[in-house]
Amino acid sequence: MGEVKKIKNLKEFSTSADRFEGANLLCPGCAHSIIVREVLNATNDDLILASSTGCLEVCTAVYPYTSWDASWIHIGFENGSTAVAGAEAMYQALKRKGRLKQPDRSTKFVAFGGDGASYDIGFQWISGCMERGHDMMYIVLDNEVYANTGGQRSSATPIGASATTSPAGRKSYGEKKNKKDMVAIMAAHDIPYSAQVAPNKWKDMVKKIQHGLNVEGPVFINAMSPCTTEWKFDPKDTMMISDLATDSLVFPLYEIIDGHELNITYRPKHKVPVEEYLAAQGRFKHLFKAEYKHMIKEWQDRVDATWEYLQRREEARV
Amino acid sequence: MAEQGWDEFEIGAMLRSFNGEAKDVALTLQEDRDYSSNNSFTASVADWRIEKPVFNKDYCIDCQFCWVYCPDISIISRDKKMIGIDMDHCKGCGICVEVCPTNPKSLLMYSEQTDEEQALAAWPSKDEGEK
Ligand SMILES: Cc1ncc(C[n+]2csc(CCOP(=O)(O)OP(=O)(O)O)c2C)c(N)n1
Ligand code: SF4
Ligand code: SF4
Ligand code: SF4
Ligand SMILES: [Mg+2]
Repeated sequence: MGEVKKIKNLKEFSTSADRFEGANLLCPGCAHSIIVREVLNATNDDLILASSTGCLEVCTAVYPYTSWDASWIHIGFENGSTAVAGAEAMYQALKRKGRLKQPDRSTKFVAFGGDGASYDIGFQWISGCMERGHDMMYIVLDNEVYANTGGQRSSATPIGASATTSPAGRKSYGEKKNKKDMVAIMAAHDIPYSAQVAPNKWKDMVKKIQHGLNVEGPVFINAMSPCTTEWKFDPKDTMMISDLATDSLVFPLYEIIDGHELNITYRPKHKVPVEEYLAAQGRFKHLFKAEYKHMIKEWQDRVDATWEYLQRREEARV
Repeated sequence: MAEQGWDEFEIGAMLRSFNGEAKDVALTLQEDRDYSSNNSFTASVADWRIEKPVFNKDYCIDCQFCWVYCPDISIISRDKKMIGIDMDHCKGCGICVEVCPTNPKSLLMYSEQTDEEQALAAWPSKDEGEK
């Protein structure tokens, strides 16, 4: 285990030397890079990184450039998880045989994937990594859509969102199914740590990433990543949308230890109505038409029910 | 490597972020790194901007909100102080201005061709400052 980087406050955090570089081709205001920066800056350990195909990968490895200052590999859409798991398995083998070139250094293994790559296409690969017990962290950059290919729905797209393959119109309010609970599914693998994070809560993020990197075994993190292009909001508003998401409890922040012990890590002082979160994004615009307005109540009721469930789980300590 | 065309490079080749040996990158500030020409740090996205942020350090309280939320590593903070903007990598998203808590703001967006001196001279005062 490496020494945990001391980050008492934001001023101290700002002395970090970024290992992720600019002039990548992510959209202005993209939350993927805000999340990646917070994750990478949470540690000074050596990093072995992978990305699945998606906005983050495509925009940070445009030949002849790389935007990564740590070892980074891309193979395909479905296998960011196994790319890192393979490297980790090799590392453990070399360690066992006493053949590590720099045995004194602390090395961590982290894979990034989009929701499409994680909730859908790389699902069984991640499940395999969690089940086999690799000492690695898997982070979903959850922008609730296949952003890199033009906004197709994934199983992380929430009900009522208009996506290119579930468009809203005269006959439809958009996506018909609500997103699946990926954190619960991963926690059910009995892994030591799983959590949901958001870029606006940088301190909560850093705490969870540091905990996850220092625990032994597989760790799963679902990171909310507001997408200016597909959620349809102004690039300057990424953090405002993030605040609305966490303060309306559409994206509750919590962690699950050893597959069962649930802790809520953020309780908004002033709970914001879900309607405000929906109204701030073009992908939900149609829900404010008379014929689809019932969906707004459906949203609020569902978010309230999930919050109730999380609180009961937390109290029960089971 | 950087000079080779798309049909000349080796498939499965590795891009090096730095020239020579890179040790303790996490403890080395950008100005002390030997970036290779394959590192996107050496490239610029300045021509993406329509508007640019201008920094007025007179009002800055060094809270570092702009540093942590800038997606493009373009807020330069050293020794816990915000010292400027990296105009090669700033894409002009405007997030830093939105999250700046001072009144008037210590960062404001101006059209790309605005003269910085003029912007600073005409900086809004406290009352009209809050956008
Ligand atoms: C096996 C395979 N299927 C489809 C694609 C095309 N593809 C590339 S990126 C992408 C979307 C990625 O979506 P997501 O994982 O959510 O990441 P995001 O771009 O939203 O960050 C798709 C469908 C591919 N590269 N490989
Ligand atoms: S489409 Fe969305 S996720 Fe992709 S780079 Fe743009 S803002 Fe980021
Ligand atoms: S405008 Fe955007 S990219 Fe430029 S410094 Fe501000 S937050 Fe960073
Ligand atoms: S957000 Fe504003 S006050 Fe805070 S460090 Fe940046 S410029 Fe200064
Ligand atoms: Mg996505």
